[in-house]
Amino acid sequence: MATPSRAPGIAPGRLSSEEIAANFKDLHAPYAAHEASVAADRCYFCHDAPCVTACPTSIDIPLFIRQIQTGQPEAAARTIFDQNILGGMCARVCPTETLCEEACVREAAEGKPVEIGRLQRHATDALMARGVHPFTRAEPPGRSIAVVGAGPAGLACAHRLAMLGHDVVVFEARPKPGGLNEFGIAAYKSTDGFAAAEVDWLLQIGGITIETGRALGAGLTLDGLKAEHDAVFLSIGLAGVNALRAEGGDRTGVVPAVDFIAGLRQAEDLSALPVGRDVVVIGGGMTAVDAAVQSRLLGAETVTMAYRRDRPAMGASVYEQDLAASKGVRLMFNVTPVAVHGNGSVAEVELAYTETVDGKLVETGETIRLPADQVFVAIGQSLSAVPEGVALEGGKIAVEGPGRTSMPGVWAGGDCAAGGEDLTVTAVAEGRDAAMDIHAALSA
Amino acid sequence: MADLTTDFLGIRSPNPFWLASAPPTDKEYNVRRAFEAGWGGVVWKTLGEAGPPLVNVNGPRYGVVHGADRRVLGLNNIELITDRPLEVNLEEIARVKADYPDRALVVSIMVPCEEAAWKAILPRVAETGADGIELNFGCPHGMSERGMGSAVGQVPEYIEMVTRWCKQNYDRPVIVKLTPNITDIRQPARAAKNGGADAVSLINTVSSITSVNLDTFSPEPSIDGKGSHGGYCGPAVKPIALNMVAEIARDPETYGLPISGIGGVTTWRDAAEFLALGAGNVQVCTAAMTYGFKVVQEMIAGLSQWMDDKGHASVADIVGRAVPNVTDWQYLNLNYITKARIDQDACIKCGRCFAACEDTSHQAILMKPSRVFEVDDSECVACNLCVDVCPVEDCITMEQLAPGQRDPRTGQVVPAEYGNWTTHPNNPMAKAAK
Repeated sequence: MATPSRAPGIAPGRLSSEEIAANFKDLHAPYAAHEASVAADRCYFCHDAPCVTACPTSIDIPLFIRQIQTGQPEAAARTIFDQNILGGMCARVCPTETLCEEACVREAAEGKPVEIGRLQRHATDALMARGVHPFTRAEPPGRSIAVVGAGPAGLACAHRLAMLGHDVVVFEARPKPGGLNEFGIAAYKSTDGFAAAEVDWLLQIGGITIETGRALGAGLTLDGLKAEHDAVFLSIGLAGVNALRAEGGDRTGVVPAVDFIAGLRQAEDLSALPVGRDVVVIGGGMTAVDAAVQSRLLGAETVTMAYRRDRPAMGASVYEQDLAASKGVRLMFNVTPVAVHGNGSVAEVELAYTETVDGKLVETGETIRLPADQVFVAIGQSLSAVPEGVALEGGKIAVEGPGRTSMPGVWAGGDCAAGGEDLTVTAVAEGRDAAMDIHAALSA
Repeated sequence: MADLTTDFLGIRSPNPFWLASAPPTDKEYNVRRAFEAGWGGVVWKTLGEAGPPLVNVNGPRYGVVHGADRRVLGLNNIELITDRPLEVNLEEIARVKADYPDRALVVSIMVPCEEAAWKAILPRVAETGADGIELNFGCPHGMSERGMGSAVGQVPEYIEMVTRWCKQNYDRPVIVKLTPNITDIRQPARAAKNGGADAVSLINTVSSITSVNLDTFSPEPSIDGKGSHGGYCGPAVKPIALNMVAEIARDPETYGLPISGIGGVTTWRDAAEFLALGAGNVQVCTAAMTYGFKVVQEMIAGLSQWMDDKGHASVADIVGRAVPNVTDWQYLNLNYITKARIDQDACIKCGRCFAACEDTSHQAILMKPSRVFEVDDSECVACNLCVDVCPVEDCITMEQLAPGQRDPRTGQVVPAEYGNWTTHPNNPMAKAAK
């Protein structure tokens, strides 16, 4: 009989609970106070700092780092939260290597940027540990706004509106708020229930009601929301999943990567969570990396990420690629799935090699078969349940300026809106800016 | 190999690195270990009168100013002179000197400002075989309240009087240690020389409060909620010490008076700078108290390598080499005109030069698209602030405008000849210049 670690098919308990607990601990341990002080001292306090420009929420990074350096991480947190109310989560999940830390002049100087993300976490953790909320509501002007979707964009929008004195009702399809912070994102980036704790902390502002199990097309209509509220903010994310268009793509064991990640995030006991012995992940973005790495951390013996283009085109950053490689994930480039073989359940994935000819990706005719008990599909998500009458652009809700949709009184932001990268930090910026625009419109 | 041997007042030591009179030199155990680690000499911690030893506070004696990563930049102390019986110290001094004849062993002394007190202790110190004495006229805390230490060092007449007593009652070299807590360091140095001192040593510590506890509102170090000013030393005081050493070295009245340089010597480079400004050797305390006695090994190796690299055969060859280049402001060449130059390849685009110049200086750095920073020669006064705040070494440099070029700031052609304030037309006191 095979040992548990090499059990065939999709099985739980490939590793001991202790090994799994160790695998899923914080990817970056929090700084001790002295470490933070030393790390903060490396900041040059640049003039018109490039890191601020690179931050979608424009956090005053040199200022908050200086506040850490002078022994006041809580004041630093206030500087962060002024711009980004989900600064705690962003500190954990932002691809800083392609944002602030890439722009850091010390990256240019010595290839070793100031560790802005870890410093931001040090600050935000310090303030949140005090259990206080640093903001208060303005005198309520008595307006009511509906926010659809309790992900980063919706929460940021709701918080800013509440600060400005408005009453906000947030409708969330899932049983819990948080969006991808709660259901997406690798577990080792948001440990100890941080996403839920952050939402609880955010709601301390008051004036925000969250109604779970409510979604457009499932009891809610845009017309109804517009009739009951003074403005509507749509932050419905990308709930649809692009399906694998390959022969046998419907075999048992072929699942959307986002479902695997969500299940993992919500699992009470990771050692009870089944995973394939041989796993293949189709795709080259952050979601693919999160699924691949966590499969390895659960004990999958082989995990392969199969991406159809070459390495420079990969959506996952070099840092994420290196992380995957360091955890034992095999990265394959220029391969595209053509068939999933098996007898009912998946047993093999057949990949065709690709090349770019005249700017077009074509198959070379050469193929390879990889053993696979489980296939995670991470080839993009799409907008679903789009409200009628709202104009689209490139499959997303078209917006002008700070999230104004084609429909008066309706704003949108986050992954569902066109423009901007699909990042938590971008969603926060869009939610915040839409809130300011809604406030201005309602105050006019 | 460079010869690090020094002969200071006839006292020979294998290298110019002496431990200053301070806690590290308070007893035989320490001094033996210091000599084993390689220190060239030691000034034994200050001895007081015979009789019941004085007492120190029993709470903290030291305060500190930290840099990044808790690097010790400045240290402050409220410790007094030795609190061990005179007899014990004298016996130990005699034993150590006998065992280490090749090392310098100088004894620091502080007794009341009465001739009898000095006459009583000097013969006893002489009996130990120590190489010389150092008069502690510098200690700014505690002892000064009792009319000793810096209370003497701040009154040139006392310095001269006590020095004379010592020269009359002791036949080996007398070094006078000076306090920096005074307006013009040349006055006490002249007094020491007039009293017959063989050398001066400086600086002693600078009166200081290192920090205030913002919970208790007590100065640090805090003794039961109260603090007293201490004496500040370490890297932070080095620039003050260098200037005072140079002032004495170039003062016509004290020119040639041997100097033992003290104040923040932490590396070979610090020591070389003191030597260049006229010190015949250096004394070290804070570096040893921070890193232990072993730190001298870097100083010895570093000074030796630098001397080899530069072709300096002996320590004596370096001493005073920078003194002729220390001058008064009025003699600086006003026709020496430079402009800042930014090496665009080395620039990391932090913009600190721009912020400093734009906000606090002469608006002579332009910030162009893509964070390109350029010097506007028509505004640049060559103040050097951009060079100083730039985090990249040699990224911004000062380039001299050659004579005959036009300075875009003034519109004037750069003169080839030297010209200073004494002859400048704007100087109402200018001497007639052709």
